[in-house]
Amino acid sequence: MSARAVLVIARLTLREAVRRRLLWALVGLTVVIVAVTGWGFQRIAELSPIKGPQELLGLSQVLVMIAFMFSFVLAMTAVFAGGPAIADEIESGQALALLARPLRRGELLLGKWLGLALVLVAYALAAGLAEVAVVALVTSYLPQAPLSAAAYLAAEGLVLLTLALLFSTRVGPVAGGAVAVVAFGLDWMAGIMGGVGRILDNDVLAALTPLSRLLLPSDVLWRGAMYGLEPSGDILGSAGRAAAAFQVSPFFAASPPEPIWLAWSVAWVVLVLVLAAQLLRSREL
Amino acid sequence: MSDPGSLAPSLAPIVSRPAPRSAPGQAAIETRDLAKAYGATVALAGLTMTVRRGEVFGFLGPNGAGKTTAVKLLVGLTRPTGGSGTVLGAPLGDLDVRRRLGYLPELFRYQPWMTAAEVLGVHDELARVPRVGRAARVASALELVGLADRRDDRVATFSKGMQQRLGLAVALLGEPELVLLDEPTSALDPVGRLDVRRIIAGLRERGVTVFLNSHLLTEVERVCDRVAIVDRGRVVAELGMAELLGDRSVRVRVDGLAEADAEALSRFGTATWDGPGWLRVHAFAGPDDEIVPALVAELVARGGRVHAVLPGHRSLEERFLDLLGGSGETAASPSSAGPGSPP
Repeated sequence: MSARAVLVIARLTLREAVRRRLLWALVGLTVVIVAVTGWGFQRIAELSPIKGPQELLGLSQVLVMIAFMFSFVLAMTAVFAGGPAIADEIESGQALALLARPLRRGELLLGKWLGLALVLVAYALAAGLAEVAVVALVTSYLPQAPLSAAAYLAAEGLVLLTLALLFSTRVGPVAGGAVAVVAFGLDWMAGIMGGVGRILDNDVLAALTPLSRLLLPSDVLWRGAMYGLEPSGDILGSAGRAAAAFQVSPFFAASPPEPIWLAWSVAWVVLVLVLAAQLLRSREL
Repeated sequence: MSDPGSLAPSLAPIVSRPAPRSAPGQAAIETRDLAKAYGATVALAGLTMTVRRGEVFGFLGPNGAGKTTAVKLLVGLTRPTGGSGTVLGAPLGDLDVRRRLGYLPELFRYQPWMTAAEVLGVHDELARVPRVGRAARVASALELVGLADRRDDRVATFSKGMQQRLGLAVALLGEPELVLLDEPTSALDPVGRLDVRRIIAGLRERGVTVFLNSHLLTEVERVCDRVAIVDRGRVVAELGMAELLGDRSVRVRVDGLAEADAEALSRFGTATWDGPGWLRVHAFAGPDDEIVPALVAELVARGGRVHAVLPGHRSLEERFLDLLGGSGETAASPSSAGPGSPP
């Protein structure tokens, strides 16, 4: 594996993201979302000034929902940028000329992944932190771990990008993207159903959470992002019954993901990339 | 047969070409029973051929003969399901050898959002050559294919022909030792085709081996030293162009002869009437610089009035169709009609 070849492809991918205005579209979208939600938070703060933990909890829930929107934009970007990344090059014939160079297919894949990963991470960090900053400015609410929330958001994007690239090695650009979107939605739903199962003491439903995390660790990372955007444990503790009510909300995480799931997420990305490289290697051009 | 240079002007450039500079016997490409199957579909049944270093090698065959599959195997874009081969001394699929290869795919597409110079810049980077001289290499490749004035234009604005020229520039970038061109003139106009012939001639001058996959037989006939004709995934003929087209002939417009006179000319070669008043003599029984004057003298001695003597040779198309068992005979063989018959 040549790091130089990977970097050439990563740079090419980044340049494509800029030239094709993907990056600018994301920046524009972020500015609009942050501005509109900033205005919304200001209105909330005016209508219902923060007096105690209950208001903070309410604000955090609105922030989490906005983060969910960012997470959705991020997932769509990951899926629709990753889905065609390899498939398009193969279908159009661009891959023929590139792979006739001393470039391994694994290097092409990793370069694409790296280039798109940089776009997603930059977007997640910039958009996430800008939103938190605006909320803090207009409402003075500062979540317990904004940086780690943005990092979890970015990691969720990377997981979905990896999944989309896996499909991209074998199926067409649209089909691969569509399947990845469905997988993202199912994983999120499975996370919620698992939570419901735990509350109802239903083992079958509760088992959905680890099973879906094993298959696709995107929801577990999203839960990490939610946790980071919530108020600290002290505030939650003083919120009493209100906090307890939030335990069943699909937009509430009582704890950050266990380290084992973080390790699995990293391992999953590596394993899926290796699998994608194998699939691409055996693909007929 | 000893002096092919005395043949028709159209044939002369083919047979009087200087020998490749590289040492003979040193193969640029060598394959043995190379096979490729896609599931139950056999694309290449067992390709055995040798391309010498420095020669322009034509690879011909009907649609579906496995030509593009063969090129992809040689470049390392796909893996064989049988047999073996070497390219520039390295086994098929070797990564390092690709530094010394240039390749124009049949399906030529380049990043539409990039400029021509940027596309070449990326390929130069991927070729793992030193950064020094990159700009000059890019400029030179663009100049060679006539795209110097479009270097900063996006590929998306290029016509198909210009994209093919760009593909040619990509293939020629960095002075490769072996250039594989898969249908390099498919999108080009006559001027573009002439340019490609000039470029290939230039490559030959520099001792670069060219593997030309084409179904445009006249193109191949004009530029190739040797050809392999493939059919159903196998080589049915591999020989030099002079050898391939070597069945030289002469057509003489003559009157005053009897039909039976043709049979009496057998000591010169095979003589047949070829349309009204046209006698065709081929498969010469000696050196043509002796046969042709002697033949004309004999015709005059027999009372014939000679109006024209036209040297001729079989076209590649005729040979191609012959070898593939097609309908080439009608074009290739002289008519047995007498002097008064319609051609």
